[in-house]
Amino acid sequence: MEKRIRVLVAKPGLDGHDRGAKVVARALRDAGFEVIYTGLRQTPEQIAEAALQEDVNVVAMSILSGAHPHLFPKIVKLVREKGLTDALIIGGGVIPEGDIPALKEAGVAGVFTPGTPTGDIIKFIKENVK
Amino acid sequence: MSNEKIQAELAKYQANVEKAIAKFPERANVPAQRLYTPLDVKDTDYADEIGFPGVYPFTRGVQPTMYRGRFWTMRMYAGFSTAEESNKRYRYLIESGATGLSCAFDLPTQIGYDSDDEISEGEVGKVGVAIDSLADMEVLFDKIDLGKVSTSMTINAPASVLLAMYIAVAEKQGVAADQLKGTIQNDILKEYAARGTYIFPPRPSMRLITNIFEYCSKHVPKWNTISISGYHIREAGSTASQEIAFTIADGIAYCEAAIKAGLDVDAFAGRLSFFWNAHNNVLEEVAKFRASRRVWAKVMKERFQAKNPKSWMLRVHTQTAGSMLTAQQPNNNIVRVALQTAAAVMGGTQSLHTNSRDEALALPTEDSVMVALRTQQIVAYESGLADVIDPLAGSYYVEALTNKIEAEAWEYIKKIDEIGGAVTAIEKGYIQKEIQDSAYKWQMDVESNAKVIVGVNKFQVEEKPVEGLLRVDASVGEKQKAKLADMRANRDNAAVQAALATLEKACQDEEENLMPHILAAVKTYATLGEICGVMRKVFGEYEAHVNL
Repeated sequence: MEKRIRVLVAKPGLDGHDRGAKVVARALRDAGFEVIYTGLRQTPEQIAEAALQEDVNVVAMSILSGAHPHLFPKIVKLVREKGLTDALIIGGGVIPEGDIPALKEAGVAGVFTPGTPTGDIIKFIKENVK
Repeated sequence: MSNEKIQAELAKYQANVEKAIAKFPERANVPAQRLYTPLDVKDTDYADEIGFPGVYPFTRGVQPTMYRGRFWTMRMYAGFSTAEESNKRYRYLIESGATGLSCAFDLPTQIGYDSDDEISEGEVGKVGVAIDSLADMEVLFDKIDLGKVSTSMTINAPASVLLAMYIAVAEKQGVAADQLKGTIQNDILKEYAARGTYIFPPRPSMRLITNIFEYCSKHVPKWNTISISGYHIREAGSTASQEIAFTIADGIAYCEAAIKAGLDVDAFAGRLSFFWNAHNNVLEEVAKFRASRRVWAKVMKERFQAKNPKSWMLRVHTQTAGSMLTAQQPNNNIVRVALQTAAAVMGGTQSLHTNSRDEALALPTEDSVMVALRTQQIVAYESGLADVIDPLAGSYYVEALTNKIEAEAWEYIKKIDEIGGAVTAIEKGYIQKEIQDSAYKWQMDVESNAKVIVGVNKFQVEEKPVEGLLRVDASVGEKQKAKLADMRANRDNAAVQAALATLEKACQDEEENLMPHILAAVKTYATLGEICGVMRKVFGEYEAHVNL
């Protein structure tokens, strides 16, 4: 049997808005992925460590507080430093269009903004996960 | 017409409907009946269940004259970046006709961390204003007369500290605490259930809340000591009935805690206030507001035996639903907010914040905030909706829906009582799970097009990125840190340490009211992080457990 895709759904920073993260986590689980949800208020170090410990293929981050320009790149860097060079890293939340190029440049492979159907995220993961 | 005759006519109508549907199929996925008649409200007793404005059970509103006396308070939630920037925005809002202030704090402030704490990195000044000490609070309310304005503060876990700072600033302005008007959100239970800015475990958190009730009943009598909030429960995905049911269950828990601490119900109940969401379905929302007043009145009178009619009244602040704003075609949000405003006004809210069109993308610009405030003013002055009290009363549909939402709320309240009350229900994850299930159902309904969101899953267009969004300068964090370092260097640090040591001792004694000690600490310019740090040390921190 093919190994199931393992996804860490993470809430970095102090933001408490987790409706989106939980809905995405559940949709990914219903799509057949193994999903681990970190819960709120995770530091970049905690998220990178969880990604390593859980041996995930995907790290999906959610921020609605505006802290994404600071936290997303930091998490990418730490995850890579842990040796997870192939992990697909994606993010979502209230993210202005203008911020997306810099996030992609920093290694966030996909950025999903409000109104994105969960099906798009599932498709993106399936097409891009290594 | 007698009920028998209506029944007979209804049967004929149904036969016609069958014929019509055979030719022209109806829209699917509408949750209400097609038509409502007197038969749907035949068991509703007008005098007992609907009654008159200002009279138990307050279905038609809490005041006898409602908006014929004065309009609701137009209170725009604002705050970002530094105290200086936010002070400018507040003064701009007051000059534009806003009649109350509503402070948004950044996440480190809401979770009791200073701006120079490592965990605050990237968050300082982002979703609200950064407040580290009394020094920032003095700047935030500079040239704003705290004896005149009423101020609402969205602050929960550290509500005691921010309230103490407000009292201290007022004192410096020469305004006595008993003249202060405003609200602290101070509703920790919904933080565990839906909003996420908790610090301490439930037990010490409930103590802080009852300490505030007691302190304010003596020293700050015009202050609303809590805003029991369904808003965030709804934002997290609940239904209308769940919103009021879970919130009223939280309200019951606060009353029980205060009574257990020895307070008389009528000493604090009149200062309890509520916070509802104004969502998209206009008539459902109106019914929700009406049902919520009726449920709370019955809870206070029957369950808690409150004697003062003020204790029975559910007074409510409302905010339009942020989660219903779309990033797609953002100007459409102006229309959504106008409809939500209409719902809140026909529902009889006491104050209202209207969201801005660009808030699914960023914090609102000044122009967008102006449109949102103007929306309230247009509804107030031009629409006629505020001319007659509770104008939808007597609508067969609205009355039937009010009854239905009330019944569903009682069902949930009963279930939560069986679990052992709201605190236990939250600790067990019951309320969170119910909300999550509703949120997931909503999303799946949107994805299957059972629910249409204009511009999102129907009527989409290719769009260019929106320009001119508000951006909080990344240097805000550095500026705030520098200000804080300067403040720490110039205060009397021995006095700070002494005040913090006294506070720590008070925390360890469960009989002690913490408010006077927090106020004393604040006046020495002890920081929010230092004060919350002391409480963290004694009380510990809450750890959430999530079941997806």
